[in-house]
Amino acid sequence: MKKHTIVALLQDRPGVLSRVIGLIRRRGYNIESLAVGHSETPGVSRITIVVESEDVEQVVKQLYRLIEVLKVSDVTDDPTVEREMTMIKLHAPPAARHEIISMCSVFGARIVDVGSNTMIIEMTGTPAKVENFIEVVRPYGIKEMMRTGRIAMVRGARGHNAGEYVEPATNGVAVPALN
Amino acid sequence: MTKPLTGAQIMCEALIREGVEVMFGIPGGAIMPFYYAMWDYRDRLRHVLCRHEQGAGHAAEGYARATGRIGVCIGTSGPGATNLVTPIADAMMDSTPLLAITGQVGSHVLGKDAFQETDITGITMPITKHNYLVKNVDELAYVFKEAIYIATTGRPGPVLIDITKDAMQKTTVPNWDIKLNLPGYKPTYQGNRRQIREAIKLLISAKKPLIIAGHGIIMSGAHRELQEFAERLRIPVVTTLHGIGSIPENHPLCIGMPGMHGWVHVNRAIQECDVLFNIGGRFDDRVTGKASTFAPHARIIHVDIDPSEIGKNVRVDVPIVGDARLVLQALLEDLPPPSELAELHTHASDWMEHIREMQDKHQGKQQYKNRAAMANMALPPHDVYEALSRTLNARGNYRVVTDVGQHQMWAAQLIDWNHGPRTHITSGGAGTMGFAVPAALGVAIACPNETVWAIVGDGGFQMTNQEMATIVQEGLKNVKVAVINNGYLGMVRQWQELFENKRYSGTPLSGPDFAKLAEAYGWKGITVERSEDVQDAIDEAHATDGPVLIDFRVEREVNVFPMVPQNKSIGEMILSETQA
Repeated sequence: MKKHTIVALLQDRPGVLSRVIGLIRRRGYNIESLAVGHSETPGVSRITIVVESEDVEQVVKQLYRLIEVLKVSDVTDDPTVEREMTMIKLHAPPAARHEIISMCSVFGARIVDVGSNTMIIEMTGTPAKVENFIEVVRPYGIKEMMRTGRIAMVRGARGHNAGEYVEPATNGVAVPALN
Repeated sequence: MTKPLTGAQIMCEALIREGVEVMFGIPGGAIMPFYYAMWDYRDRLRHVLCRHEQGAGHAAEGYARATGRIGVCIGTSGPGATNLVTPIADAMMDSTPLLAITGQVGSHVLGKDAFQETDITGITMPITKHNYLVKNVDELAYVFKEAIYIATTGRPGPVLIDITKDAMQKTTVPNWDIKLNLPGYKPTYQGNRRQIREAIKLLISAKKPLIIAGHGIIMSGAHRELQEFAERLRIPVVTTLHGIGSIPENHPLCIGMPGMHGWVHVNRAIQECDVLFNIGGRFDDRVTGKASTFAPHARIIHVDIDPSEIGKNVRVDVPIVGDARLVLQALLEDLPPPSELAELHTHASDWMEHIREMQDKHQGKQQYKNRAAMANMALPPHDVYEALSRTLNARGNYRVVTDVGQHQMWAAQLIDWNHGPRTHITSGGAGTMGFAVPAALGVAIACPNETVWAIVGDGGFQMTNQEMATIVQEGLKNVKVAVINNGYLGMVRQWQELFENKRYSGTPLSGPDFAKLAEAYGWKGITVERSEDVQDAIDEAHATDGPVLIDFRVEREVNVFPMVPQNKSIGEMILSETQA
């Protein structure tokens, strides 16, 4: 099954993420990664989902059936910028530190914490570059690792501006301030 | 209005503002504040106390399906809410506008496993068009407005509102004037004009065109437009289970039902046609059989209000997203003058002749009813349907609600459906046994001046028959129940007979004396065991000013034919036991 990157804009209401995930779960597709956060427009969340799916077109159409979904697209074959971030807590005794630091500078990774025998390294890049970096540091001993989901943005003028879908006055807020 | 109201009062006011007149439900701890407020609105909001929340849900569905208006059902938290799950799922599958209102435990104990707490919004997420958990009284006025708007517009469906007890008890000054804010919900009603012209081009060039009329025709009220369109082009019309009533079956262009238990000539016509125009049907697997073999020679035009239905089950050449009625109106406007349709008319009449020949050759209704195998039976089920069909058509002014199983397919096949939309109401997509009796209750309330027949098997009847008490309590004299009693879960038994070497595992079924049971509920009960008594019983039911149940003890092992075995092409129908 092919991996697809789906970008969606959602009204920021309780339960909306659960609805989106539930719809994908129903088809039995595995979600490889998921990133959620605010978009440029207040009241609109933006998610990037990486999913293995045979019939992503149908998933996209069904996502549109959800009341709070404003825009969905499969950007797999579009020109995009894709990024992922990882934090790695690495076994780093004093003797290994020098080597690790130079490795980090090659990858543009940052050391954000140094303990007596550990370092926390923060690294951002394309999913492939992150993967690559993890393999390079793995021999030192990874104690903990956390990867964010992939985030994606279509290059150029085309894309997913949430402002097109919500009226500026209400900004997509579920129930406007009452009384 | 500046007077503060309780949340529960706001709920009542909101329902009245949206035109709701009847609600079906059962009270309980968490929903009690709503019932407290309801007392003051009882002259404007009729509450029908059902015997089980499933019954309340199906009754609300029956009301909605008979009228096209929203059906409202109510349950308390926990089991009250979970008992509504089946009708909600049923409404989702059959696109029925349903509002389910459930009480929830107080917001201060939410998520703490309080008494009768269930996460009903979580449970119903995949089976509702949308749902809400309301914890704040200030949101109620808006949420009710939005919920009913969502349930009744676009492709209709069920919406659930779960309200915490404290939100119903607190007071606020409701704001009724908040504009709906649904940037992600903008149903498309008008079909794309270019696609409409494309559809006309395709239809006009066809040699063997065919229309499939689905539930969308009924829901959008497009039956007149459909008939006019079919007549102007002279194209034969197939009506799906939910499309029954789109065009009268005695209309010369109506050829009947397709699919698993459709007629041979209808399925053959689908397999032979060169342009297939499906309007308001969703190519359900019971219609298509094995989808990859469906309508192999046809270019397909598909009209549906839900874009996600288009291309879901079969490939489509001309997709049109829109409301069936508006699309048909646009099609009618854009039709060329009759002079340019002459060629189509010639082809269409040859094609129709061919279909009618197939109909005569294969088992048409008459041939099917008079099969030799039926000759020695004391009461073949077909005799019941023949008498019902004759009587209903002579009397008019009726609605028929069916359950799920053999009796349902016989009703669809053997009754002549000549009296328009919303006269045939059944559980199609979900196939919910237990639908008929409570749904008939809802239909009877919606149509007090019509006779409402529930046709139901002895299996489905025993799932929800307690609503007979509700029918009595509500004083509904227009409900008549025909139990097609064969002592089996008949459709499952049929599959076991045909495909599982007669291993009747879990299908033989006993029951009480249904006529006596009916009498116990205060109904008239009649038992019929011989064909010659069928007509008298039906006449007596009509003559009786009160609810009547007829227990038709039919021949036990009769099968529904024709039949397309599961996952087979609809071109491969079996007509009798020996072909299975």
